[in-house]
Amino acid sequence: MDLSFSPEEIAFRDEVRTYLAENLPKRISDAVRNGTEQTKEMAEEWHAILNRKGWLATTWGVEFGGPGWTPVQKHIFEEECCRAYAPRIVPFGLNMLGPVLQAFGTKEQQDTILPRILDGTDWWCQGYSEPGAGSDLASLKTRAVRDGDHYVINGQKTWTTLGQHANKIFCLCRTDPEAKQQEGISFILVDLDTPGIEMRPIKLIEGGHEVNEVFFTDVRVPVSNLVGEENKGWTIAKFLLTHERTGIAGVGFSMQSLEEVKALARKVRRGGRPLIEDPLFAARIARAEIDLEAMKITNLRMLFKAQQQGAPGPETSILKIKGTVIHQELKDLARRALGPVAAPFPGSMTDGNIMFGPEGTSNNAARYFNNRKTSIFGGSNEIQRNILTKTMLEL
Amino acid sequence: MDFNLTEDRRMLQDSLTRYLGDKYPVDHRNKVAYALPCHDPAKWEELAELGALFALAPEDAGGFGGTGFDIMVVFEALGRALNPEPMLGAAMASRLLTKVGADQEGLLSGAVKYAVAVGEVEAPYELDQIACTATAKGDGHVLSGRKSSVYGGQAADVILVAAMLDGKPALFQVQASDAQIAGYPMMDGGGAAEVLLDDTPATLLLADAAEALTDALNAGALALCAEAVGAMEVTHATTLDYLRTRKQFGVPIGKFQVLQHRAVDMLTEIEQSRSITIKAAAELDGPDASRFVSMAKNLIGRAARLVAEEAIQMHGGIAMTWEYPISHYAKRLVMLDAQLGDTDYHLSRVMAGLRAA
Repeated sequence: MDLSFSPEEIAFRDEVRTYLAENLPKRISDAVRNGTEQTKEMAEEWHAILNRKGWLATTWGVEFGGPGWTPVQKHIFEEECCRAYAPRIVPFGLNMLGPVLQAFGTKEQQDTILPRILDGTDWWCQGYSEPGAGSDLASLKTRAVRDGDHYVINGQKTWTTLGQHANKIFCLCRTDPEAKQQEGISFILVDLDTPGIEMRPIKLIEGGHEVNEVFFTDVRVPVSNLVGEENKGWTIAKFLLTHERTGIAGVGFSMQSLEEVKALARKVRRGGRPLIEDPLFAARIARAEIDLEAMKITNLRMLFKAQQQGAPGPETSILKIKGTVIHQELKDLARRALGPVAAPFPGSMTDGNIMFGPEGTSNNAARYFNNRKTSIFGGSNEIQRNILTKTMLEL
Repeated sequence: MDFNLTEDRRMLQDSLTRYLGDKYPVDHRNKVAYALPCHDPAKWEELAELGALFALAPEDAGGFGGTGFDIMVVFEALGRALNPEPMLGAAMASRLLTKVGADQEGLLSGAVKYAVAVGEVEAPYELDQIACTATAKGDGHVLSGRKSSVYGGQAADVILVAAMLDGKPALFQVQASDAQIAGYPMMDGGGAAEVLLDDTPATLLLADAAEALTDALNAGALALCAEAVGAMEVTHATTLDYLRTRKQFGVPIGKFQVLQHRAVDMLTEIEQSRSITIKAAAELDGPDASRFVSMAKNLIGRAARLVAEEAIQMHGGIAMTWEYPISHYAKRLVMLDAQLGDTDYHLSRVMAGLRAA
């Protein structure tokens, strides 16, 4: 038993820390710290900075331009990025499609698509969920019908995150309606400027625009845009889900949130004393901190196992369930710490001289509501429980 | 980073687990755990021969372990078997004897049974509210007061007692035969004692013992956490077996999602418990031991109660019976929270750190 990083890993951590301190623009980290909506330009700027260093495609093989990191190095990098308030890397091209193409794509697909992901030419988004296919993804109905050298796609995708910035989308489409649900699905790449595609924004609970619905009407896509074999898309979908699992616990983000809550509870005064001296509030912070401390070790234990076995196991669903619950609790505390001052709709106070609560907290209520998503997306926590029931409990 | 046990610790864990499984099954445990002396003296000797006690002390104190991880390995094995032997007192006493540099061959060989008396009726956990007093008399000291919930006290030969000397908590050694000891079996098995001291002769081991006592209490709390992890895993596994085999409405009840998801939540909390116990074990000899031990004891207090109550509920009536082992596991899991600081006590220690930071 040894919980510490090796000297090499510590040297790596210091290298990352120094690099972030010197290269992450303060303008960008301030925006992340204050929870203001991150712009497309900001993401692209940060991606370009990391790409110059060769640290952008952390999940890619070395032969495709990845840094060749171990799972522990990836973890250290993610933690340091959180610590420095770097923007999240937009995952759809880099951490989802990239690994899929490396595992299932043709040489040509790899050669043409991967470089464009790296240099930011393309912004990919994800066409998985449908109005009638959420947790039961395999029931998806969007049809792709072969017509000569093309597929003709009809249907509707939804919850397409940051689709408003994208020029490409990867989709799961039904290519064989007669086959068993999971066996008639194909993974198809689509140019968003193809005629017949309409993207509409979905306004979220807190008022933000983060996700979209995408409508396909007789959209013609070259057959060469198929990834892997026709009707074998479900295998790719499952592969992709395991790739979504690196950093699934969100420990770094929860550590950020914990520090924010503590700082806030020291600043805010309630009944003549700092809120952090209110035993009821302090108890909730302490409990969340304890759960997070345990989560850090649970995360490392599973990382260690993944490093030994070569791949993360089904037990990582535990990270998703507990990690999201802890993060949501911290976001709740950040909202509650402000009390009634959390209420003004963000941006509604037009008189800049009237401050409500400490700087950077005006959207704490919005962030609380926005973060209810984490226990729903990427396989809801109930789906994670179903996975664990089958794989770990064998019930 | 390495979450594997060392070869030595794995062998110790294996041999303890095998011995307890073969020679100390729950039905035997139940025969001895609920009546004085609340343990089995012959099996105590065998456990000592296996090295369970030697593992609690470092090499320079005559043992072959003594770290947080050694305590973790021993007590997890004890917890899996729901073992009632007075190991907790030995673990805490060994920490104290190591700190003061006293000989502990008797303790490690199992020849002399130790208990540690810190808590009192009105201050079960707090070191700064000890009322028991020490007075110099002749060459030594005498102690007066009542020590409460002294785990293993019903079977102890020697009791290490915290008493106030010149305004500070000091550490004394008392022969059990010199004190009035009221031993009793506990609701969850195993024994404890109220120790009544009335000008009882005592040997001073350490005059300013707050730090050493804190360390011993931390080690004891860590031991309880590890014990709980072992007991929780068995409780969970037994519950899963039951969910697979018990049929109602024509199907195994484990097919019902309402039970599946609760069984997953138990698993999640057990993994979290194991994690925080590993963390506390790693930090036991570091500057933040109290903070991490308190985190562990708080989380495990919550998790152990959840696992116990859910195991009973998901089993239904059978887990309400004395005959079925889970009832005993559940009692242990619930009651160990009140030993050496409960969830609220340890939460308040973590909260104190929030204000200080």
